[in-house]
Amino acid sequence: MSDPAIDTTAQTTPAQREALLEVDHVTLRFGGVVALNDVDFTLYKGEILGLIGPNGAGKTTCFNAMTGVYAPTQGEIRFKGQRVSGRPRHKITQMGIARTFQNIRLFPEMSALENVMVGADAHHKASVISALFRLPRFWKEERSGRDRAHDLLRFVGIQRPGELARNLSYGEQRRLEIARALATSPTLLCLDEPAAGFNPAEKDSLLKLIRKIRDTGVTVLLIEHDMRLVMGVTDRIVVLEFGKKIAEGLPAEVRDNPAVIAAYLGVPTDAA
Amino acid sequence: MDFDGLLRDFPDLTTTGLEQGAIYALVALGYTLVYGVLRLINFAHSEVFMIGTVAALGTWQAMGYNQNSSVNGVGLTLLLLLVGVAAAVAASTLTAVAVERVAYRPLRRRNAPPLAFLITAIGASFVLFEAVGLFSDNLGIGGERGPFGMVRPFKPAELFSIGGWTITNTQLLTVLSAIGMLIALDLFVNRSRMGRGIRAVAQDPDTAALMGVNKDRVILLVFVLGGIMAGVAALLWNVTYAFSRFDVGFLIGLKAFSAAVLGGIGNLRGALAGGLLLGLVENYASGLFGGEWKDFTGFVVLIVLLMFRPTGLLGESLGRARA
Amino acid sequence: MNAHVDKVRSRGFAMRNRWQNMPPQVRWVALAALIIFLYLLPNRWFYINLWYFRTMESDMATVLFETSFFVLLAVGLNVVVGFAGLLDLGYFGFFAVGAYTVALLTSPESRFGVEWPWLAAVPVAIAVTMLSGVILGGPTLRLRGDYLAIVTLGFAEMIRLYAARNEGIANGQRGIPQIPHPVPEIKGSDGQPWFGVVDARPYYWLTLTIIIFVILGVRNLTRSRVGRAWVAIREDEDAAQIMGVPTFKYKLWAFAIGAAVGGLSGALFAGKQSFINSDSFQLTNSILVLAAVILGGAGNIYGAVIGAFITWYLPEWVRGIGGVIGLDINVAEYRILIFGAVLIVMMIFRPQGILPSRRRAAEFADRREAAAPTEASA
Repeated sequence: MSDPAIDTTAQTTPAQREALLEVDHVTLRFGGVVALNDVDFTLYKGEILGLIGPNGAGKTTCFNAMTGVYAPTQGEIRFKGQRVSGRPRHKITQMGIARTFQNIRLFPEMSALENVMVGADAHHKASVISALFRLPRFWKEERSGRDRAHDLLRFVGIQRPGELARNLSYGEQRRLEIARALATSPTLLCLDEPAAGFNPAEKDSLLKLIRKIRDTGVTVLLIEHDMRLVMGVTDRIVVLEFGKKIAEGLPAEVRDNPAVIAAYLGVPTDAA
Repeated sequence: MDFDGLLRDFPDLTTTGLEQGAIYALVALGYTLVYGVLRLINFAHSEVFMIGTVAALGTWQAMGYNQNSSVNGVGLTLLLLLVGVAAAVAASTLTAVAVERVAYRPLRRRNAPPLAFLITAIGASFVLFEAVGLFSDNLGIGGERGPFGMVRPFKPAELFSIGGWTITNTQLLTVLSAIGMLIALDLFVNRSRMGRGIRAVAQDPDTAALMGVNKDRVILLVFVLGGIMAGVAALLWNVTYAFSRFDVGFLIGLKAFSAAVLGGIGNLRGALAGGLLLGLVENYASGLFGGEWKDFTGFVVLIVLLMFRPTGLLGESLGRARA
Repeated sequence: MNAHVDKVRSRGFAMRNRWQNMPPQVRWVALAALIIFLYLLPNRWFYINLWYFRTMESDMATVLFETSFFVLLAVGLNVVVGFAGLLDLGYFGFFAVGAYTVALLTSPESRFGVEWPWLAAVPVAIAVTMLSGVILGGPTLRLRGDYLAIVTLGFAEMIRLYAARNEGIANGQRGIPQIPHPVPEIKGSDGQPWFGVVDARPYYWLTLTIIIFVILGVRNLTRSRVGRAWVAIREDEDAAQIMGVPTFKYKLWAFAIGAAVGGLSGALFAGKQSFINSDSFQLTNSILVLAAVILGGAGNIYGAVIGAFITWYLPEWVRGIGGVIGLDINVAEYRILIFGAVLIVMMIFRPQGILPSRRRAAEFADRREAAAPTEASA
C-alpha cells in the first residue's frame, strides 16, 4: 500500500487556510428527486480535496453544481466569495474554475497543441479586429499562447503536440484534457474521474501529476472511484451517500469511518 | 392602426381566418409529425402540399374541366371532389415518401449530422418547386411560372347569415374537414397499434427498436400520414381559391410551420389549435395594419415564439398519450 | 478503424501535401501567375486564346463579373455556414440590404435625396448590413440549428416582401433607378468614365481585388483564436464554453462578418446594375450560394471559391458550348433545379464537398463509422 501522503498543508491551522469554494447548505432538486440534500463543506486554497461516494451518491451532481452547471434549489455555492451559479459558462472559467470530463471531450480534429491553445485563449484579450489586421497585441498573445501550450504539454508528458487529438492514446487524451484545463489559468481544477481506465502504472503517474499541479499553486477537486488513488493523493475527503454528506476529514479518518464503510459495503446482516 | 376597420370587418376576418387557419393546420400536422419523430424540419413538405394542388388541378383538366368550365349538378361536384382528393392525396403522399426515401433515408444510414438533413431538405424543396415551375407547360397545367387557374367544383356561396356573420360553403367545408382529419389522426395515433409505434419512436427510438418496433416503417408511416394531410389541405385550397402556383407552397409552408411551433411542435392537437389561431391573428393583423402586413404576421409570431416560448402553447409532445 | 479515415484523407491530402511541400518561392510564383491570369482574363485579346474554356455566347467580361461577385457571396456565406456551422438560409437578405442602402444613399430618385457618391455609400452599406446581421443574429443564434435555418429563411423573404410592397422607401417593384456607377472621376482613354455601362471589366477587376482582400482577411481570422474558437464551437460547443470560449460572441461575429461581405457584394451589384428592385433579390439565390459553398466544401475558403465558380460559370459556359455545337441548351435556366439536386447528392455521397477542409472529411467519416454497426444488422 502506498503511504497516505498527508500533506503538510492539511496540518496548517484553520486561520491560515483560505476558503476558495464554499458549498453552503446546498439542496438540489430535479422535479421530485432530491439529488443533493443540505450538503455543506468548504474547499480550501492549495489543498487536494476528494469527493467520493457510491454510485448515485450525487457526486457528479455536486460537481456540476460546483462548476456552475446546475443552480442549487436551496443554499448557495460561492467561489472566492462570489456566487457561481447563474453565470454564463465561459465566465465561470474566467473566474478561475476549470474542469475535465468523465468521458473525455476533446476537440477531436484539432491537434493536441491547438486543443491546449483554445484553453489558453480564455484569458486573451485580443479582439476579432486585432486578429483580422494582425495587430501587435494579437501576435504577442498568439506567441505566448503557443509557448504556454508547449510548456503545458511537456508538463503533462505529451510528446507529440502536432498530433490530432483523436489519434492520441487513451492515456495521452486524458492528460491532454488536463493540460487544456490548466491552460485556462485556473485557481481551481476539477478532475472528473481522471483515472478511469488507467492501469496501476498510469494511475501512479497521474498521482504524481496531480501533486505537481498542486505544487504550482492550483487547488484540486477530485472525483474518483479508485480508493488507492484517492487515499494516496488527497489532503481531505468529502463522502456523499444518497445526496447527503456522511463524512468529511483526513483520508485516514474517512477510511476508518463506519458510516463510510457501510455506504460502500453495506451493513452486514446476520446470516440466515 | 385601423381599429374601426378591425371592428367593422371582425366577422369576416374571423371566418376567413378560421378557413385559412384550417388549411395551415392540416399542413402543420405534416411538419409536426415528422419533427416529433425525426427532430427534423421537413422543408420539402411545403412542396408536398403544392404538388397536391397541382395534381388535383391536372386531373380535373385531364377530365376536361378547366377554369372556364361550369359545373352543374351535385353529382358532378361530388365526382370532382372525390377525384380531386384522391389525386391530391396520392400525389402528396407519393412525393412525401419519395423525398424520405431518396433524400433522408440515405443520410440516416450514414449517421449524418443534423445540418446535413437540413441542407438536403432545402435541396429537395427547391428541386420540387423548380421542377413544377419549369415543366408546368409540359404537364399541361399552365404556362411559365404564372398562376394556374382551375375549375371550381362548386360555386362559393353564402350558406347562412346570423347577425353580421356570414359563413360560406367553402369555409364550412374547410374547417369541418380539418377538424375531422385531426380527430381521425388523433384516434389513429392514440388508439391504434401503429400509432403506438409512432409514439414510441418519438419518445425513444432505441428502446422502441428493442421492443420490436420497426423504425423505418414508422418513419415511412409518418411521412405517409403527413402526405395525406397535405393532400386534403391541397384539395381544400383548390376548392377555396381556385388557383395554384409553383411557389404556393413556400409561404403556406412557412406559416404552417409557425402554426406547428405555436401549438407545440410534435403536438397534434396543438397543430390544429396553432393553425386556427395563426389564421385568426393574421387576418386581424391585416385588418388593423392593412393587407400588406398579413404575411409578416406569421413570421413575427414565429420569431417571438422561438425566442420566448419555443415549446409553444400546448407544449411539445408526440409521445405522451392523451386520456 | 482508422484505415477508412486515412483513405479519405490521403486522397485529398496527396495533392495538398504536394503543394505544401513545394518550396515557398515556387508557391509564391504559382500564386502570382494565377492572380495575373485572373486579371488578364476579361480582355478579349487574352481570352480568345483560351480555346473553348471561355463562354462562347455571352460576354465573357460580364459573366466573369457575375461569377466574381457570386464568389464573394460564397466566401462570405462560408464564414457563417462553414466556419461557425450556422445554417443561414437567408443570406441573400444581406445582399439586398447592402444594395438598397447604396441605392437609397446615392440615387437622385431615392426618398432620402442625399445623392452621395457611390464610394462614400459603400462603408455605410457595410455597416448597416453588419448591424442588421447583429440584430437578426442576436435573438436567433441561441436557437437550435433547424430553427435558426427557418428563421433566417423567413427574414430574407420578409425583406423581399417589404421591398416589394412598400411604396415608400423601397419603392416596390418600380425599384430605385439611377444608382451612380463607382468613381465616375476615373476616366478611360476615351474620356468617358471608366466604370461605365457597357464594359464589365472594371467592375470585375474591382470585385476581384476585393475578393483577394476578403480572402486574406478571412484567412487571418481562421489562423487565430477566432478560427480556433469556430472549430471548437463546431466540434463541441458545450466543451468549448467550458474551456472559456465565449461561443455566442464568436457566432455573432461570424454572422456579422458574413453579413458584411454580403452587403459589400450587394453594393457592388447596385453600382453596376444602376437599378434595383425587389425582383433582384429572389430567395432562390440564397440557395444557389449555399449550394456553391456546400459543393466546394464548407469550411474551406478555396472550396467556396471553386464551388461558386462551378455554380455560376459552368452553366453559362455550357450554354455557350451548346451554341457552338448547335444545340439549344439553356442550362442556366435549370440552374436552381440542378444545384438543388446537387445539394441532395452531395449530402449523401460527399458531404465534405469537393475541396474539404481536412477536419470536415474526417468528421463525416467518423460519423459514418459510428453508424456501421447498425448497418450490419439492418
